Amino acid sequence: MWKFLLPFAAFVALVVLFAFGLNPKRDIHALPSPLIGKPAPEFALPDVLDASRTVNNATLKGQVYLVNVWGTWCVECRVEHEALLAISKQHVVPIIGIDWSVDHGMGERDKAKQWLERLGNPYSQVAFDQEGRTAIDFGVYAAPETFLVDRQGNVIFKLISGMTQEVWEKEFLPRIAAAEKGGA
Amino acid sequence: MSRGSHARLPALALAVALAGFGVACAEPPAAGLDAHGQLQNPELQVRFERIAKELRCLQCQNESIADSNADLARDLRRQVREMLVEGKSDDAIFRFMTDRYGEFVRFAPPLSPKTALIWGAPFFMLLLGGAIIYRVVRQRSRMPLDE
Repeated sequence: MWKFLLPFAAFVALVVLFAFGLNPKRDIHALPSPLIGKPAPEFALPDVLDASRTVNNATLKGQVYLVNVWGTWCVECRVEHEALLAISKQHVVPIIGIDWSVDHGMGERDKAKQWLERLGNPYSQVAFDQEGRTAIDFGVYAAPETFLVDRQGNVIFKLISGMTQEVWEKEFLPRIAAAEKGGA
Repeated sequence: MSRGSHARLPALALAVALAGFGVACAEPPAAGLDAHGQLQNPELQVRFERIAKELRCLQCQNESIADSNADLARDLRRQVREMLVEGKSDDAIFRFMTDRYGEFVRFAPPLSPKTALIWGAPFFMLLLGGAIIYRVVRQRSRMPLDE
């Protein structure tokens, strides 16, 4: 009895393990964010487009908004740009951009300006994170990453990869609708 | 090779390395850090090296932030150094990281219900292997020797 049952049990255990481990839909680099359900980190950073202005997410309390961390050095950010533009035209929620300067240089800011002038600007405000500290506070480890923040200022969803129309409709819109209902 | 050893390199090599990495020297170093962002206190440096080896670089997931050349690893090393200078405990630094990046950022995550399987699996395997060996040996010891 054991001679049959034990290998069979081991086989079943392996099937279960592989079913999870080899699932092609599972992104092995996507990690669960400990930030979900917690207050979004506060930041006050210079505006990419106007250095005299500050982008401060404390002013957005009471609103549902998106935080999109990107950089001109990031290929996937270029890919998702069209989707962000289309989303911004729907005027569902403001999109706050955080331009992540990974080399800590000011050059990234000029490149970001050119990028937005040339390709269009989907952001209601774009902050310049020169030292990468806000990116660390958000637990960003690769751009682009997009966070959904509810009216209470809590992060309710994080997308680790480029935004697409499909992801927007499937993952974001239902959550935004629910968040809009949940009082101020 | 960690960039943490730059302080021991000759000044010329250091200047070349800094220029090569495009490090913005415009950022003023915090107190307790030298002009190149290295720790001045050797005791803190020892703690720094241990902590940096214990933190995973999430851009290159099998490297520690001590070993990785990724931009994010460099920023996280800066963060660890600054917190050490501020007098933060090792626990506080690990908590800072896990609050932002989750338990996965640690190579040796603390024992919790979620990590029980990781910590328990080796002992379970040992028990299982021991039980199998025990059974086999006992069975064979019952067999006649001339078989």
